[in-house]
Amino acid sequence: MLDFLKEPVLSIQEFSLLAGRAFRNIFRSPHYSDDIAFQMDTIGVGSLLICVIVGFFSGAVMALQMYHALATYGQVGKTGQLVSITLVRELGPVLTAVMVAGRNASGIASELGSMKVTEQIDAMRALGTDPLQKLVVPRLLATSFMLPLLVVIADFVGIFGGWVVSHFALALPSQQYWLTAWQALDGKDVCEGLLKPFFFAIVIALIGCFYGLRTTGGTQGVGRATTQAMVMSTVMIFVIDLVITKIFVDAV
Amino acid sequence: MEPPASKPSILRFEHVNVSFDGNPALRDMSFEAREGESRVILGAAGSGKTVLLKTALGLARPDSGKVFVFDRDISTMQESELFGIRSRIGMLFQESALFDSMSIEDNVAYPLLNQLSIKCPPEQVHSRVAEALKFVELGTTLAKFPSELSGGMRRRAAIARAVVTEPPLMLYDSPTAGLDPITAHTIIALLIKERDISQTTTLMVTHRYQDGNLIANFRYNSKQGGLEPASHAPGASTRTTFMVLKEGQLVFEGDQDSLEATQDVYISKFVKQRV
Repeated sequence: MLDFLKEPVLSIQEFSLLAGRAFRNIFRSPHYSDDIAFQMDTIGVGSLLICVIVGFFSGAVMALQMYHALATYGQVGKTGQLVSITLVRELGPVLTAVMVAGRNASGIASELGSMKVTEQIDAMRALGTDPLQKLVVPRLLATSFMLPLLVVIADFVGIFGGWVVSHFALALPSQQYWLTAWQALDGKDVCEGLLKPFFFAIVIALIGCFYGLRTTGGTQGVGRATTQAMVMSTVMIFVIDLVITKIFVDAV
Repeated sequence: MEPPASKPSILRFEHVNVSFDGNPALRDMSFEAREGESRVILGAAGSGKTVLLKTALGLARPDSGKVFVFDRDISTMQESELFGIRSRIGMLFQESALFDSMSIEDNVAYPLLNQLSIKCPPEQVHSRVAEALKFVELGTTLAKFPSELSGGMRRRAAIARAVVTEPPLMLYDSPTAGLDPITAHTIIALLIKERDISQTTTLMVTHRYQDGNLIANFRYNSKQGGLEPASHAPGASTRTTFMVLKEGQLVFEGDQDSLEATQDVYISKFVKQRV
């Protein structure tokens, strides 16, 4: 039983140490601003298209589903309200984070994993650079900054997608859709919708780096690290989503 | 010639034990390399040769024992303290370990720009990189990426990156592994050139006895620009010590004559006739 627990407990300990050192190093020199900008481009700009597509279609589907559900109660006028609340609080942050996890947690793990198995991480240390400062911190900062922005864009595009369906397929008045969508949101929803991607981003970047930096076993190990990073970060997104949602629900 | 014992100690292991996940990699390792000395480290795969080099760099931590580099105990140093020591050590990794995402110029410039103790003025970086690449006869590859080079060229670029800071201690991990005999000879000739021009202390891990033989018996003739037998040069000895590792333990330490005279079955596996 103890042997069974040893591995996960050790992993949690190593992850906590990595996270602690990464946060501490944010405030330490040197800062690799070029790497931060490059990662922002890779993680943020690189994920933009897929987030826009997912946002649009999730908003459109939500509008379609909600319209028919609300029609039962004669409340189709509230389609915009439901689409915007669902997107801003839940679907926008979670779906965008899952997309970014699929694209970037795995990307980070495979890049760092390849560097690890080809001794590039050791070379970096030998040549006077802390890999944590050079590799982990830029990815952590870039993801934490870019994911909330991607979520804002995905939310907006999603609400727009809902309007496209509402207007062209369901013949709802545009003004009513946008008014209810806008009025439904308050500061708490926006706060929840921005706080979630911030925490998701930390999880995505750190889990990607963690599995990448502990890669062993050559190219097969890189493949394993990539899969583990993607699966674990996706699972953790849903776990953290529940925790944050509970906190906000209780705070009402 | 100055007797070796009077030269300053560059690298010293004192009863060093290193293990990974409970598996011993180095066991009670003790030796001392003095300034200007060459050491050739032989041993079977998994005998701890690479771990020895990584321990000397502070990349692997000893469980017990002490490692002195330039007479400073690095076994208890923090990572940040080690950067100063590492800037005085050049390391060639087994698979070159060039950064894939950077051009050859950026790879070679990396230690000049990132090692805080080097303090290379930015305007001198390009000329020093070009000089290092010229040293390894790769002067035309600055803008290329590692994936565009052959295995031997990558190894030479990695040597340029290791020597660009002119470190007094050089560590080479299997510099000829996976290379054809002609390229391997070129690489060893570069190692000897670096050793004899810069008077560096050299540790070389290898599987090939021929590499050790060249290191021990040849010198770089800077006038003719090639290798010559050390016996032809004044002060004939190249001060080369051979070490043989077996399952993490040092089972032989001595000169080439003693190595070739040994009757030990394991050690004699690595010894071939001199070329």
